[in-house]
Amino acid sequence: MKSIWFFVGLLLAIMGLIITASAIHSLFNPPAKPKIYSHLHPDLWWGIVMLAFGILFALLNRRNVA
Amino acid sequence: MAGLGLGFVDWLVIVVYFVFIIGLGFYLKRFTKTQDDFFLAGRKNSSWVAGIAFLSANLGALELLGMAGNTYKYGMYVAHFYWIGAIPAMIFLGLYMMPFYYSSRIHSVPGYLKLRFDEKTRVLNAIAFAAMTLLVSGINLYAMALVLHTFVGWNWNASMWISAMAVAAYITMSGLLSAMFTEIIQFFLIWFGLFLVAVLGIVEIGGVKEVFARIPPAYAALWSTSGNAGQNEMAVTWAGIVLGLGFVLSFGYWTTDFLVVQRAFSARDLRSARMTPIIASFFKMAVPFLVIMTGLVALILAKDPKSGFALLTDGGQINYDSTLPLLIQRYYPAGLVGLGVTALLAAFMAGQAGNVSAFNTVWTYDLYRALINPKASDELLLRVGRVTTIVGIFLSVGTAYWAKSFPSIMDYMQAIFSWVNAPLFATMLLGMFVVWITPNGAFWGLLSGMGSSFLLFLAVKFQWINPASITLSSAGSDMAANFWRAWWAWLICFGVTILVSLFTGKRSPAELVGLVKGLTAEKAMESVPFTRTPEFYGMVAILVLVALNIYFW
Repeated sequence: MKSIWFFVGLLLAIMGLIITASAIHSLFNPPAKPKIYSHLHPDLWWGIVMLAFGILFALLNRRNVA
Repeated sequence: MAGLGLGFVDWLVIVVYFVFIIGLGFYLKRFTKTQDDFFLAGRKNSSWVAGIAFLSANLGALELLGMAGNTYKYGMYVAHFYWIGAIPAMIFLGLYMMPFYYSSRIHSVPGYLKLRFDEKTRVLNAIAFAAMTLLVSGINLYAMALVLHTFVGWNWNASMWISAMAVAAYITMSGLLSAMFTEIIQFFLIWFGLFLVAVLGIVEIGGVKEVFARIPPAYAALWSTSGNAGQNEMAVTWAGIVLGLGFVLSFGYWTTDFLVVQRAFSARDLRSARMTPIIASFFKMAVPFLVIMTGLVALILAKDPKSGFALLTDGGQINYDSTLPLLIQRYYPAGLVGLGVTALLAAFMAGQAGNVSAFNTVWTYDLYRALINPKASDELLLRVGRVTTIVGIFLSVGTAYWAKSFPSIMDYMQAIFSWVNAPLFATMLLGMFVVWITPNGAFWGLLSGMGSSFLLFLAVKFQWINPASITLSSAGSDMAANFWRAWWAWLICFGVTILVSLFTGKRSPAELVGLVKGLTAEKAMESVPFTRTPEFYGMVAILVLVALNIYFW
């Protein structure tokens, strides 16, 4: 059976990928009503953090456990 | 409100979550073959898995939304729920109570009552606990539907049924195992989904120091205004906090509520089971960063007319629960809004799943097998567990519709806990640490504790008595009444149990070996260095707790 940490990593990586892709899209197509601090691009940085964390977690825990 | 303005990306994040947890349920079903797999997740989890699930079972969205809103209302006093109102009890459970629970190889907390006392005490607690889980599960479901309806604009009935069916699907497939898996996923989603709200809030105010400088002094202190109930927004004295919240409600919930304790039973050995609540205590102490900080940020923004921030109002009443969703709306761009909503959804569903998985275990072992079919086979118990899950979900939906008619959800939640958990803690404490407590003493003590708590609730609610006679203070609030009612219920149960035990037949010490301190051989930790023992980590947790309380005094 796969460890729970593998699934945590997988889900965070998928969500991180979606948020990063959306943030990159917003960079080139800024929304009509930007949110406070949108100039800091929190979605881009947070998406990358989630993606990196998720990939790392999934890779480190990819082996089956008893 | 126009809703949080969910776009395509936000919906995609939410759909990915739903598909993922249902898929996980299918995957885990292959590994759920015996009753121990279904009800105790195979008893092979590490202390980290059990510890995070232990905390997540408690960390429902109602708590996140409710406590962020309560911070707006009461200020730093809400941190007492996370620190003195949790940590000492969690450490006590790990160090002193877990050896009796875990070593007796029981499936549930009522199961311990059967071994230590008798069948009638077990059945009394099982019935009360089963009713409580259904009520709390229904209230969770109702609150989720309310949030989705108010902030996302979903249809009330549809959001409740869809979420209930998703929970039913994955719990029926693999019981506690899938409940714990989703709870751990929920833990990470909450941190990743809500962390940035607190960070961006602090950035907007200008730093943590600035946050505390800009809130009124009565909101900023943790203890220094507790000498007089009139000096703090919660209208409670230090005695109410220490005796009611810190002792009875906290110990009652964290050491006897099977919903959380069940996660520790799933650990692979005694050391892991003892470490479970201790690991959870460190994360519990960190939760105020998400909850308290967002509440304080909202308070400052609402007092600043230039910020354009105001909580929602319903019929002229401020809706404090809107604090967190409104800050998500304020700071989060597309994609992150979906993540924030998913974190809240995950918390609601994990909270409901926790209640349903505890309900199916108590029903199957403490009511069905104890009263209806004592000779039930392993396969039959597994089937009963699955059917009970479906029945539990439907009953939860029923209680959710009932909860809709309540004027205040948090008030009833606290009331339910003080009816069931507060007196049970007295029974457990005496049962585990005093050998001469008798089965009749435990039964009548528990019954009178539960009964008196219920009567006190009715007496205050319908003004049969002056609330000041319970809270021992002229200033008071619902929260103060909850703290003090729990204390009196505990004291009555404690007193009646001792009194009846003095005059009724005792069980022989030989029958109580392994169940009571003093009759149980102390097992030395097998060649583990002191720095790896639960005692060491428990001490570190207490030191951190003391430091936090002094810093925010």
